Amino acid sequence: MKLTRRMVLQSTAAGAALAASGLPALANGIEELVIAYNVNLPSWDPTVGPSAVNPTIQGLYQSVFDMFIHQNPDLSFDKGIITDYGWNEDKSQIWMEVREGVTWHNGDPLTPEDVVWSLERAGAPETGNPIQFIWGKVGNYAIDGNRVTADVNEYEPTIFKWMSFLTGYVLPKNYYEEVGAAGFEANPVGTGPYMVEKFERNAFVRLKANDNYWGGAPEFKSVTIKFVTDAASRVAEVESGNAHVTLEMPYEEFDRLKGKAGIEGTAAPVSDIGMIFINDVEAMTDPNVRKAMAHAIDKQLIIDRLLSGYGVAIDTLQTPDYSAFDGSIKVAYDPEKAKELLADSGYGPDNPVKFTIQTTRGFKPKDYEIIQAIVGLWRKVGIEAEIEVYEIAKHYELRAADTLAPAAFYNWGNAIGDPATSTGFAMFGPSPHAVWDGEELVQKIIPLWGEPDEEKRIAGWKDVDRHIAENALVIPLLQYVQPILHSDAVKVTPHASGALLPHLMTRA
Amino acid sequence: MQILRRILIRLAASLVTLAGAAVIVFVVIRVVPGNPVAMMLPPGATAEDIQRLQELYGLDKSIFQQFLIWLTGVLQGDFGTSISLRQPVAELVLGRLPATLELSVMALVIAVGLGGAMALTATLWRGTRTEGAIDVAGGMALSVPDFLWGLVLILLFGVLWPLFHISGRISPAQGFEFHTNFYLWESLLRLRFDVWADIVAHMFMPALALAIPLAAIISQLLKQSLKETLHLDYVTLARTKGYSETSIILREALPNAILPTLTLIGVQFTFLIGGTVIIERLFSYEGLGNMAIDAVINRDLPLIQGIVILFALLFTVVNFLVDMTYAALNPRLRHA
Repeated sequence: MKLTRRMVLQSTAAGAALAASGLPALANGIEELVIAYNVNLPSWDPTVGPSAVNPTIQGLYQSVFDMFIHQNPDLSFDKGIITDYGWNEDKSQIWMEVREGVTWHNGDPLTPEDVVWSLERAGAPETGNPIQFIWGKVGNYAIDGNRVTADVNEYEPTIFKWMSFLTGYVLPKNYYEEVGAAGFEANPVGTGPYMVEKFERNAFVRLKANDNYWGGAPEFKSVTIKFVTDAASRVAEVESGNAHVTLEMPYEEFDRLKGKAGIEGTAAPVSDIGMIFINDVEAMTDPNVRKAMAHAIDKQLIIDRLLSGYGVAIDTLQTPDYSAFDGSIKVAYDPEKAKELLADSGYGPDNPVKFTIQTTRGFKPKDYEIIQAIVGLWRKVGIEAEIEVYEIAKHYELRAADTLAPAAFYNWGNAIGDPATSTGFAMFGPSPHAVWDGEELVQKIIPLWGEPDEEKRIAGWKDVDRHIAENALVIPLLQYVQPILHSDAVKVTPHASGALLPHLMTRA
Repeated sequence: MQILRRILIRLAASLVTLAGAAVIVFVVIRVVPGNPVAMMLPPGATAEDIQRLQELYGLDKSIFQQFLIWLTGVLQGDFGTSISLRQPVAELVLGRLPATLELSVMALVIAVGLGGAMALTATLWRGTRTEGAIDVAGGMALSVPDFLWGLVLILLFGVLWPLFHISGRISPAQGFEFHTNFYLWESLLRLRFDVWADIVAHMFMPALALAIPLAAIISQLLKQSLKETLHLDYVTLARTKGYSETSIILREALPNAILPTLTLIGVQFTFLIGGTVIIERLFSYEGLGNMAIDAVINRDLPLIQGIVILFALLFTVVNFLVDMTYAALNPRLRHA
């Protein structure tokens, strides 16, 4: 046999034809909504393990399960499984009204027993709920018709807000007890807008609309959520028409694709901020240095140049949609003032103050580049910071041990918008999440934890934020904007918590 | 007896390798910064909460105590429970292994086919521009890492000419119920060619990305071996008998020239399996590699241990088989 060029070409063509035999079903019409999601779903139990506190996964959970209290896309609270709630007069008890006529995906009716069981389970230390420290603050539940009451073990003003936050999900008592944890993982049952039809771990989940949903049946009867963790692949999914919606891609890609035929872009601020933790060690004990650091940063310039304008500059740990936001608290970009402050402490461009700043690289959009830019701005006024890159896991460990570098970049999410879960947890010295241990601040915060008067409580947190800003105890940088790319045949309503929710999507 | 002795020595060495891998991975993942409890701490957690979770996952004990507990379990077939997935580790890793094996084998088949074709073509047209072009293509294939090939393939055949699927292992719309996790083989054996074609359309790009660098290595080595063999006396004899050049290369030279390539393929197969970690992630392919990355991100210590031990076992088994095959094929080793 003599092998010729023609034979080689013919074989190649035949091979290509064989490989092409299984062409993907491109844009199958919009009957089945396909979403390319940026994270995998490790577990279907939304109350246990690392996924329970992963904000990005909450959108998947909220598609299948209901939270105790519903949260609207603008972070306001609304009637959910619990339709009304409150405290008794001396705040020694809480009460909740449970919605009637709700059914689980398996057809069983939802009862107040389900709500009580879910809350008791969440508060039991042995279940491993990471938010047990909140749920354990109420107990001794009683049911009277659709009304649930509970005794307050320790006053927690944000308890109802937590019912719309991490691990605040209603799970089916009877079904869970019948099938156990493993059975629930295999066939999760909720009351949410979608039911799980098929789940392939690390690959996809197919959801079927819950036509009996108490909030109204979702528009798309079938939704496939593909877990595509690589940003380039996610973008390719939408660009090729294999997916209708995706999220979290580089802003440059977002800008490039949102103008393409058939593709639209939605970018809205979410409850996630970028900030620089300041640890009260080394040069950070000098207020002039801290204040100079804050005044030397041109936040808007960083947002415009590095994030293509997608971001909102902030001066406190509250974003404009949080309940304790105070627009009058400002930390101006003022490099001259920064130089003066440093000069007062004997520093300047020729004799810079030196310290280390830690940052992740690639964990948040342009995190390393943002810090590089900040270090560049600092250098101009007489601050020489050395950048140390670390993994996010190391950040958590160092922060819990209070051994972060003098400055450390981090992002902080707060989907319930309460100051206790932003300023409170980030800045209260005894908390394992705070690295500023100054006693003055601790004393300002302590009374606010148990303040029963809501107006007074919010006003108190605003005062704390002002004190923090004036003394530069932390450097808030920006509120992030979540980029979502979608087919122009789909209308996407972004949720300020960052959760991408298919039941908020409709045909355009 | 010689062969039996050789097998026993290799088996013993393999066990030592596995034990070493187990100890190293156990200690290293506990020494590096970041622990699973720190990863799951919500804002507001207290020192008591940290302690409670440490106890829940057995992380409050010393590394030595943790190792003893883990080893005792492993010897009884219990590799622990995944912290993030809340399922038995053995079940999880064995469930994913078929996907990675199928991808690796498909990549190997493509690499051998592509590399072999390149080597034979270059040998047949040696000294011409065709050989030069193949050498240049081989150099390019080798100098670009597999994940970059993956991105190039996604852009070419996922976006520009959308011939293949970009992500996943099978279309979510497929209602076919599998009895095993060997989707490719099962669909073929059950004569469901539509399902098989769908799986191939998902696997082709990741497999090709893995195969391209290996194909270049195979091509270079096989071409070199063929060229050396073509100078041997028995080939000259065949040529004087009037055999065509194609026939000489395929029937006379190839059987002898292929031996070193076979050894290389065996060794490279283990690297191929290692390479699936990044490629599976890129293509969202539900194999062991993809799960390994999630396990590392979540600091899921039991799962990381299980995956690494399984990878080590795979490497050991493949190397063992390569050694034994080489010994069986090579008379000098067989009688040594």
